[in-house]
This record gives sequence, structure tokens and C-alpha cells, in this order.
Amino acid sequence: QKVSVEVLEHLEHLALVDFRDLEGVERLQKAIQFADQLQEVSTDGVEPMDSVLEDRCLYLREDDVTEGNCTKELLENAREKVEEYFVAPPGNIPLPKLEERETFLQGS
Amino acid sequence: AALNDGLRSQVSAALKEGRVTPTELCQRCLALIKSTKFLNAYITVVEESALKQAEESEERYKRGQPLGILDGIPIAVKDNFNTAGIETTCASNMLKGYISPYNATVVQKLLDQGAVLLGKTNLDEFAMGSGSTDGVFGPVRNPWSYSKQYKEKSVPKSHSEDEESNWVITGGSSGGSAAAVSSFTCFAALGSDTGGSTRNPAAHCGVVGLKPTYGLISRHGLIPLVNSMDVPGILTRCVDDAAVLLGSLAGHDPKDSTTIQDDFKPFELPNLTDVSKLSIGIPKEYHAPGLSSEILALWSKAADLFKNAGAKVVEVSLPHTRYSIVCYHVLCTAEVASNMARFDGLEYGHRSGMKDSTESMYAATRREGFNDVVRGRILSGNYFLLKQNYEKYFVKAQKVRRLIANDFVKVFRSGVDILLTPTTLSDAAPYTEFIQEDNRTRSAQDDILTQAANMAGLPAINVPTALSERGLPVGLQFIGRSFQEKQLLTVAKWFEKQVQFPMIQLEEVKRHDSDVFQHQKSASFS
Repeated sequence: QKVSVEVLEHLEHLALVDFRDLEGVERLQKAIQFADQLQEVSTDGVEPMDSVLEDRCLYLREDDVTEGNCTKELLENAREKVEEYFVAPPGNIPLPKLEERETFLQGS
Repeated sequence: AALNDGLRSQVSAALKEGRVTPTELCQRCLALIKSTKFLNAYITVVEESALKQAEESEERYKRGQPLGILDGIPIAVKDNFNTAGIETTCASNMLKGYISPYNATVVQKLLDQGAVLLGKTNLDEFAMGSGSTDGVFGPVRNPWSYSKQYKEKSVPKSHSEDEESNWVITGGSSGGSAAAVSSFTCFAALGSDTGGSTRNPAAHCGVVGLKPTYGLISRHGLIPLVNSMDVPGILTRCVDDAAVLLGSLAGHDPKDSTTIQDDFKPFELPNLTDVSKLSIGIPKEYHAPGLSSEILALWSKAADLFKNAGAKVVEVSLPHTRYSIVCYHVLCTAEVASNMARFDGLEYGHRSGMKDSTESMYAATRREGFNDVVRGRILSGNYFLLKQNYEKYFVKAQKVRRLIANDFVKVFRSGVDILLTPTTLSDAAPYTEFIQEDNRTRSAQDDILTQAANMAGLPAINVPTALSERGLPVGLQFIGRSFQEKQLLTVAKWFEKQVQFPMIQLEEVKRHDSDVFQHQKSASFS
């Protein structure tokens, strides 16, 4: 079963990463095929494992401020900033629809 | 002191007695880095700051107050660890020019003990790969490609074509670190290990590669790939040195809540002489398809070595081994999809010139910043995490992970102390051959022997064992119980002493360090 263009487009949207070319799409197909082997294993009654340290309690420290005031250092690596703000292009604008985007999937 | 000396046994003593100074050591390593530049092991070399650190160390030795064994020792760090004031790239366009504002905890610990940081080593982009061939700064070359041992065994096609096209890979993804240690440009290096990324290149480069138990060493500052499996890795030329590094790095870090809170006591390794109380397990599923007959024979020989020395050697079964790669594939891509989401161009790293909208800027930045391998894993991961696929793939994989981890629990509960397995399927492949298959296929093939230890969070170590028919290193892997590094390293050290792995014979090193080849010593100095 091939992955539908709708799902591919949805993935590009979620990941904000594009497939780039046919190879990219085929790579995903192969990855899914590979992962399907998991179905061969019986996991009845088996609980999912999040962490190998599941039997231990997480360390919780006191709610005290021990460091901070590093605004200057943190802003150092940002390309666009104004005073103490990171500057982003306008938000709440969805990615253009498939037809208008410059993406490989357009051709499919 | 020679560049190939063991830390604890020789170099430390030499530094204390003033037979060699930290500045001399540093200068020698820096010079060697320059003359082995063709290996492409380093992305960044911080000559000035290294010499300054060496100077400070020298002052301390003069006052008779060295900070410890690591004071003045040149080390290298894989370029996916944050290093304050030094560029950290993860071999990706996404982080080119990114200057870390802080030190990873493990880096800080090394610096606090006076270690001299020489530079950042090359890797596969974002540590995704098993060849150290897929970074933006190009592939790393295995120093053994230029060794006398390899050249003697290779059939020369034509004199000039020979060296340029014949070179072999280091394995990966911590190839730069492995090559740096193997070529004597540093005494120890940090790598990372998520699926075998420290042990695999260690095997191919003939060095010791330790993957500690998950939770023992802090990941704070290690740019994450798979949060539930990543660990910092240690690469050294002998097992004793690995124990020294482990001693200085292990322990709870409040900045990494996945580090255990138990007290960690650094240890010196005993010189084991009696292995009769030891039980070694040989997991039959590790006789994987594609395992070279050479390595199979070596593995068998090693098992016999233990048997003849009086240890109990038993065949055991880890039935879910063959699913570990598939399981890893799903869990890894899923966590990667999440971890890579932070790279959006806003706060750090590459930023695209696209200004239409936030989303389009993010998309363009990620399009420009990540290579195919990274993008492929992000997309696969997102697929497995889709609502309609979550149970079938992600949760399923988590269940299989428990089965894999339980396999190990059962075996260790049955009285086995340590498992002995091969580390890689074969010796290092020539670069031209390696790149014929894509990254995912290669990783799936190469990780098969190392991956399960990451699934179960167990400590594992590669010990260089012998040279292959082609004159290249082959290593064997020991896997131990959780947090039983002392036992694991003790056995590894005993084995290292038995096999007497030969020292690499490199022209460049010869020129720099005339007393290196005075004695045909092995890499282990215990």
C-alpha cells in the first residue's frame, strides 16, 4: 500500500520538512515497509516501555532559582532580534496550499 | 613519555615527575593533528585555548598541585557536545556558526579536572549514520587506511590510485573521535552512543569504545537524538584509560533528570588473574546474517580463551534480537522527529531568508539546514506518530523494546555475568564501497550487534582484538549488567591483556614521536 498524497502533504506540514524528490517519498515507503516487520512479534499483555529507568523516581530539585540572567548570551546566536525579542515573520499564516507551494508533491 | 602511553600508568607519572610538560604534550598533539589533516577527524581545532589550558596545567604541576590524573591530558570532543565559546555544528548546515553559550556537563567535568580540549571531532550529521561519511564537512578517514599493516595487505592496483581510492571508513557516527584517538592526536575522546555510535567506530579504528549504562553519565549539553537511548561514549586506547574517564564523568547531574541519584565511586581496575568464577554468555542470535567468517572465528577463539582460563562459557538466547533494529528504527525516528523540531531558525542556528510567514520560514530553514538523512528520519518519525499509526508503530515498538530488555534480564538472572559478542559484522569497508548503499540500509545492517544494548540501557564495551586478513582492526564486544561497569571493565581489561592487540604503525606518528616504535608494545599497558 502506497502512502497517499494527502498523507504525504500532511507530513510535510507537520514536520515542516519537504520530501524534496521521488527518492524522499520512496525512502518513506521503504521505512514503513521495514517497520511493518514489528507486526510479526506478539506483544499480548506487554506494557510499552518508555524508559529503562522506569523503576526509579525522577530527581526533583527544590523550586529555587539557581541560574539565569543570561539574556545576552542566549540572544547572541539569533540572527534576527530586537532588544530582548527574537523576531519572527508574521504568524498565523498557514503554509500555502499544495498547488501554490513549491514542492515536489505538486507533480504527483 | 610517548603518545601511545597509557594515562594512569605512564603519562600521569611522567607529568608529575616533570619528564614531560603539559605544553609539550599539547604541542605534540596539535602538530600531529596538522600532519594528519587528511583524516578529516577534526571539525574545529582550538589551538590557542588548548595551549593556554596546557600552560595553566603546567603551573599547577610546578606547584605540585595537579587536579588529578586528567590534568594536562589532551582530549577531543565529538561535535555534538556543547562547548562554551566554541562552534558546535553536529556536522550540519543547521548549526554552522553556532557558538555554544555553555559547556555540556561532561565537557565541564573534564575541564574542571584540567584536561586540555584540543578540538571538536567530525561525525555523521546529527549523529545519524554508521560511517561518519554523511556530515557536511565530509567523511572521516580511518587512520588504519594509512597503516603499514593495511598497506602491506592491499593489492596495489596502480601506485598513485592506491592510497587515494583505497581508504576505509571509520565507522560511525563518532568516527572523528575514534580516528583522533587511534591516530594518537589525543589521549581520549568523547563520543555519543545511541545505536552503537561509539562502539562501531571503536571496532573499526582499533580503540576501546565504552557505552556506559543509560543514566550513569549526564546528557546535559549533548545535542539529543533519542532521549531514551543516547549516552555519552568514551574512546581511549586501553581499558584502564576508559576507567579513568568514566571515573571523572559518571555521577548524578541535577541538570539531567535522567541521571540516577545513586552515589558513584570512581574505581581502579584490579588485575584479574582468576576467571574461574566468571560466567560468560554467548548469545546465539548474534551470529547474525552477514557476519564475516573471520569475525565468527575470532569470537569463537575468544570464547575458548575464557573457557581455557577456567571461566564458565555458556550459549544463551536473546530471542528478540532480530527485531531490535526494526524497533530502534521506529523509536529512533519518532524521537528524532520530536528532537529536531527545535531547529526552526529563530533562536539559533541557520535561518532562511524567507520572510512570508513563520511557518514558511521554518520550512525553508529546515529545508536548507538538514541533509537527506535527517529529513528522511524526521518524516518517517512523524509518520509513525500520526494518530492513525501511533498504536500500530510507536506503542508497538515500545512493547517490543520491553521484550528486548527482558531478554537480557532473563539471561543475567540465570547466572551469566557478561555477554561476549562481535561488535561489527566485518572489518571496515572501503569508502567507495560503503557509499553504494544508502544511510538507512547501512545503519540497519551495521547497528544490529550494538543496538540492543541501547534498547536495554546496558553498559557495553568494544575491545580491539586482532587484525583482519586485510590488516584492519576487528573488535569484540562485552555487554554487562546495568551499572556494573566495574565488573564489565575488569573482564574487558583481562581480555585486552590476553589478546595483545598490535599498535598501529603510522608514518606520521613515527616522525613526530621517535620513541613510539622503540618497543613493539601492545596498546594495553597494564
